Amino acid sequence: MREISYLEAIREALFEEMRRDPKVFVLGEDVGPYGGAFGVTQGLYEEFGEARCVDTPISESAIIGVSIGASLRGYRPVAEMQFADFISCGFDQIVNQAATLRYRYGGRASVPIVVRAPSGGNVGGGLYHSQNPEAWFIHRPGLKVVAPSTAYDAKGLLKSAIRDDNPVIYFEHKWLYRRAKGPVPEGDDDVVPIGVAATRREGGDATLLTYGAMVVPSLEAADRMAKDGVEVEVIDLRTLLPFDKEAIFQSLEKTNRVLVVHEDVKTLGLGAELSAVIMEERFDALDAPVMRVTYPDTHPPFSHILEAANLPNADKITDALRKLAAY
Amino acid sequence: MPPIKRTKFKLAPEQLLDMFFWVKLIRAFDERLSILVKQGKVRSGVYTGIGQEAIIVGTCFALRKDDFICPLHRDLGSFLMKGVEPRAMMAQMFAKTTGLSKGRDSALHSGVTELGIFGNTSMLGANLPIAAGIGLTFKMEKRDSVVIAYFGEGASNTGDFHEALNFAGVQQLPIVFICENNQYAYSVPLEKSMAIDDVAIRAEGYGFDGVAINGNDVLAVYQASLGAIARARAGDGPTLIECKTYRWHGHSEHDKAFYRTDEELAMWKSRDPIPTFTTYLRSRHVLDDEKLKAIETRVASTIDDAVEFAINSPDPDPSEAVTDLYA
Repeated sequence: MREISYLEAIREALFEEMRRDPKVFVLGEDVGPYGGAFGVTQGLYEEFGEARCVDTPISESAIIGVSIGASLRGYRPVAEMQFADFISCGFDQIVNQAATLRYRYGGRASVPIVVRAPSGGNVGGGLYHSQNPEAWFIHRPGLKVVAPSTAYDAKGLLKSAIRDDNPVIYFEHKWLYRRAKGPVPEGDDDVVPIGVAATRREGGDATLLTYGAMVVPSLEAADRMAKDGVEVEVIDLRTLLPFDKEAIFQSLEKTNRVLVVHEDVKTLGLGAELSAVIMEERFDALDAPVMRVTYPDTHPPFSHILEAANLPNADKITDALRKLAAY
Repeated sequence: MPPIKRTKFKLAPEQLLDMFFWVKLIRAFDERLSILVKQGKVRSGVYTGIGQEAIIVGTCFALRKDDFICPLHRDLGSFLMKGVEPRAMMAQMFAKTTGLSKGRDSALHSGVTELGIFGNTSMLGANLPIAAGIGLTFKMEKRDSVVIAYFGEGASNTGDFHEALNFAGVQQLPIVFICENNQYAYSVPLEKSMAIDDVAIRAEGYGFDGVAINGNDVLAVYQASLGAIARARAGDGPTLIECKTYRWHGHSEHDKAFYRTDEELAMWKSRDPIPTFTTYLRSRHVLDDEKLKAIETRVASTIDDAVEFAINSPDPDPSEAVTDLYA
């Protein structure tokens, strides 16, 4: 199978879904002739025209509000936030309009929109081009949140998100855009269901739960541990809301040990919820406390020295896995 | 500010009487709600539009079935005029299962897409980007349907207002923005929330016309709406109509409105839209005592029936508190 990049996979999903369904359109800042700040939407304008590839003013709230309005008339808009950091400017439309609409309408309507949010650090972006704001949205019932780590999933999850009848926040990690490459089938065979995790590496000694760009150093750390005879099972959550409880519990029952790794900050990051759910529902299966490797509770700094100090990496993850295995 | 374009119109006596019925029904509906709150039968969340009825009737009367409205929190009457049964609206206020949101939320937070009604959140002005999204789909489909987007002068200070009007201006969307300038944003008077006298001039900054009119004259509102709607249908873009008016009650029914004087209230009550319209209709021999009595009887029985229906409707089951979150 041919190999394409994570970024190309996102673009391909957009092309295929827009060709498949005339109700799908994209909108956002610079998504038109320019092709998006990262080039994700390149070529869409040429094929689908300005009506379905809408360049917008710098108005994140309007971008999302317009998407919601269009979705009520049967469209499936894909809104691009230029950087996930900017999603705060459209926060109200997501958490108060989109997330609550079905509930407050008594189940008589839904909001099939996708908000694409290029997230994550390790790209020298500094405070406002490196954030991982997924936890804000995991905390809001009515939304779905996904964060692919491979080119295959980038395409498959975007297709699922577009076809889903609920508002989906799609976190695409910028560090993976051109670094993650892999086999991706053409056509409709590669839809990745929302709510299903993927086991990236099997192992019986510890479970590592992660997602997005953190899958890469997590796998590296697992390889190192294997040299010491500790087999780590690495689970890529892929969907953060609703996360795949069954996959997590199945692995935990085999390994009895869990490490959560995420690039988001520690306090009330997804790791906190995973840890709580495991404790509440599978306390007897645990041989060690659930441990976490995360970004410290700080902002993503511009200096590569400072940023490297914050980012979880294979060394930090290996250290944590050693502690977990030895507990 | 550009002069108001006088659109010629002719309404048959039956149409004028129909208009009159709506003004009376909407006034009576809100007055009954106010009593029901005082009686403890309806739990808060009641924001009456008493004194502002001419705006709803003048705008909605100019609409077609396929047009959309995005009302503000005092526009209960617009739901009725667009086709929601008075019974369903009353049940909504009683938080019964027969209401639009099945008890999930009160007031106007629940829309009916099939009738062309969007139900906003409590975030004032947040309905305006949604209106732009609906308008964008009309433009995409080259339909001549229009959107009426209502907001108060208070909401014209939100970011969503400016983002939405700018978007609508850039895209030349078929939207009529109706400002219900009732002089107060809760307790804050106009002069403390805006450094201008007329919201209407804000339209100029977004490349379309804004006019300020007497919002207590139903026929003046109708006339201005007709012109703006015709323009929107013809593809000539949005218009802002600022309707100067006054809310007789407090912000909500629990608000005693101590922040304004009795003299001010009395002055605005002397501009009550109903006697003005009644006098006009009598002078044109459209309305006489007999017809007036017939309309008042119909209004009273409609409201009585709605209240009885709401009281006798079932309460929601506690299990329904966590349903209808996802499609």
